[in-house]
Amino acid sequence: MIPAVAQQIWCVAALLGTTALAIASSRSRRSTALVYGATFAISLVALAGALFSLIARTGATELTLPIGLPWLGSHFRLDALAAFFLVVVNLGAATASLYGLGYGSHESTPQRILPFFPAFLAGMNLVVLADDAFTYLLCWEFMSLASWALVMAHHREADNTRAGYVYLVMASFGTLALLLAFGLLSGAGGSYSFAAIRSAEHTPSEAALVLALMLLGAGSKAGLVPLHVWLPLAHPAAPSHVSALMSGVMTKVAIYGFIRVVFDLLGPPSWSASVVVLILGGATAVIGILYALMENDLKRLLAYSTIENIGVIFTSLGLALAFQANGLGLAAALAFTAALFHVLNHSFFKSLLFFGAGAVLTSTGERDMEKLGGLIHRMPLTSFVFLVGCVAISALPPFNGFVSEWLMFQAVLLSPDLPQWGLKIMVPAIGALLALAAALAAACFVKAFGITFLGRARSPAAEAAGEVDRYSLAAMFALAALCFLAGILPGLVIDALSPVAEAMIGHRMPVQANDPWLSIVPIEESRSSYNGLLVFVFITAAASLAVYFIHRFASRAIRRGPAWGCGFSDPTPAAQYSGASFVQPIRRVFGTLVFQAREHVDMPAPGDLRPARFKVDIHDLVWERLYTPLTEAVWFLADRLNQLQFLTIRRYLSLVFATLVTLLLVLAIWS
Amino acid sequence: MHNLAFDIAHLLAGGLVLISFMMLYQDRLYALLNIFALHAVVLAASVAWQAFIQNAPHLYVTAAIALVFKAIVIPVALHRIIKQLGIHRDIETAVSIGPTMLAGMGLVALSMVLMLRVTGAADPLAREDLAFALSVVLLGLLVMVTRRNAVSQVVGFMSLENGLVLAATGAKGMPLVVEISVAFSILIAFIVIGVFLFRIRERFDTVDVGALDEFRGERR
Repeated sequence: MIPAVAQQIWCVAALLGTTALAIASSRSRRSTALVYGATFAISLVALAGALFSLIARTGATELTLPIGLPWLGSHFRLDALAAFFLVVVNLGAATASLYGLGYGSHESTPQRILPFFPAFLAGMNLVVLADDAFTYLLCWEFMSLASWALVMAHHREADNTRAGYVYLVMASFGTLALLLAFGLLSGAGGSYSFAAIRSAEHTPSEAALVLALMLLGAGSKAGLVPLHVWLPLAHPAAPSHVSALMSGVMTKVAIYGFIRVVFDLLGPPSWSASVVVLILGGATAVIGILYALMENDLKRLLAYSTIENIGVIFTSLGLALAFQANGLGLAAALAFTAALFHVLNHSFFKSLLFFGAGAVLTSTGERDMEKLGGLIHRMPLTSFVFLVGCVAISALPPFNGFVSEWLMFQAVLLSPDLPQWGLKIMVPAIGALLALAAALAAACFVKAFGITFLGRARSPAAEAAGEVDRYSLAAMFALAALCFLAGILPGLVIDALSPVAEAMIGHRMPVQANDPWLSIVPIEESRSSYNGLLVFVFITAAASLAVYFIHRFASRAIRRGPAWGCGFSDPTPAAQYSGASFVQPIRRVFGTLVFQAREHVDMPAPGDLRPARFKVDIHDLVWERLYTPLTEAVWFLADRLNQLQFLTIRRYLSLVFATLVTLLLVLAIWS
Repeated sequence: MHNLAFDIAHLLAGGLVLISFMMLYQDRLYALLNIFALHAVVLAASVAWQAFIQNAPHLYVTAAIALVFKAIVIPVALHRIIKQLGIHRDIETAVSIGPTMLAGMGLVALSMVLMLRVTGAADPLAREDLAFALSVVLLGLLVMVTRRNAVSQVVGFMSLENGLVLAATGAKGMPLVVEISVAFSILIAFIVIGVFLFRIRERFDTVDVGALDEFRGERR
């Protein structure tokens, strides 16, 4: 019996082999089916292995390969945390491969995607398995570059080159931050293996610096505000199944990095660290979802909503840090488990929604919601699963999104136990922010579903849409089923997550398997409990009864008539309720502050025949206040430094000489 | 015996630094070449002495290379180049002698302070050697920076390399291969620079590198 970690490494090797296969067979017509079939099978094997070691609690297994730095080798380790994230990665990979089997056949240039897809999967697996700083950073860069190649797959579209460029810059910045963080962690001795870092002592100032660098490094990959700018550009630019992987899975790999360093390697946290994480998380959640609301491009909306969910997860991790710093182990385990649960959930429904958006894109060629509509008649199955995804991400029972957010609010409600007054006051405020984000998310997905699938078709393309292929539907239905199952059987998930919480926090949530009727009890029964199954039964019964009564006492026949348009049924579909009109109230409430939104109405005088115009100005303040000045400063400096390129030989020599002497002087004075 | 060995090594290395100063001061090309040859002879003596006291016969090879190439071949070749180019007039120094000498003294002081402090635990012989070697390197760079004539820049570069060889032989256990490859790379650099000198001369009628700058439309 080979150890679990070796099994995972073999899977990675098989994925890399698939890359080679994809390159070799790039001219063949079957290569799409071949590559996605192979990645599907490999991901399933890896998923089974990871799931087994998570549930059977096989303990940590290690492996050292003689590659990489000659005196170091490459260390790999599979513990509970890694196993959980491997489950997330490989589940996403398996469904994306299944989806790709159908979706990939519409691809015009498959040879631009096929070699990088397995490489991207291998990169994500390796990051989670890595057990020394060098291997970790190497795999992290490998993952970034592979995903960059996938973003640039359709490089002829004008926006995509810019997206790829911004992504590359932000990814390099993030890796720089990670590099510095690991440099600090390994200290002057330069012990790069995680085991050595874990056992070393870290001073408080060092720990604070590492936390800040991790927030920059992992945060830029995960999409923390204000480092999120690349995400809504790059995620939608990739093909849809890759978008699903990037949004649903790669951001989770970034969160894995954060957890690994902050909860595992850095030692006991300080409560002030949690304040930063909480504030960043709360701000990210609200700002992310507000951006999503303003968006009319379906895939960009989903990408912005990813930012919101990342904010929610980080908030929960911040809560775990706060409780952990004060020795409240049970509460910390609750918040930590909630974060992990949300990681799992988000990977389910965000992949599902991106698959749905991809299905809409293949069958209509449109991503702009204002040109869609009425798809529920043309694509009933896709609409159904997309609705499931929307309900789940809006945190409505009985689906999985509700459970993790409910657990999170249970943790927020424990905040009076915290000794610091600052935290006591702040945590409920952050909780309020989360509640606001959750409500706005619901509004956002009402809009996403309503404008895209309901009403009448706004363009000929939407009118001519048809249902997508079986593979895509199978992938989406599998994810929808998982959303539902995790929603009504949350106890199983919580128990499966307990070894992770035990390893990272030292405590676990109470065992849920013994609770009657599959309900979950986060702290104690007298305080709160939730039963997804019961809620589901109640909802089903209530809805069936309502339908029965309506159909029994009203007419049984289904009637199709013109949609009610304030008594005036306009002949053009463009006069329907649009996405922009749906969010107008929200834009008026929040937009003036967050986006500096201004509405201009240009009403012609009576008798004037030109049309009236209504215009809204929206500003992306993060770009305008942070990134534009930054790029301008870089340009300015580059312009100044440009003159260095045309010096005389003697000046160059003098420059080198002066630098050398200065460095020697510094050394002489310093040492 | 040990003290004598130390003193002689010290004397030779110190002599090298002194000759570097002479190079810094000298503003005629022929004289500069002669001093460079002297520099190489002292280097060869110093390396040979190191070979003797370290019992490292391969260092004799290094000393021989230094003597043959740097003390004889390169100076003679440069003499011929100067004759062919017809430039026996004064060197125009870009910076006047006084400040250059002051700067040189500052550099020697800096390298002493630095090396003696950094290599506190090392063998005293190696310490002194390294300090002198760093001075020679820095002085060579200073020669390159303060001269405008391409030939004297070449001489500055060669003396800088002498400093490197001094450092390399002072530290025990430097393999011969490294020294030989360094020596040959210097020779090749010399050939390349020689070719370039003629090219520059052909095109601009001078080897004053200032002419290159004028050609590019730069102000000095």
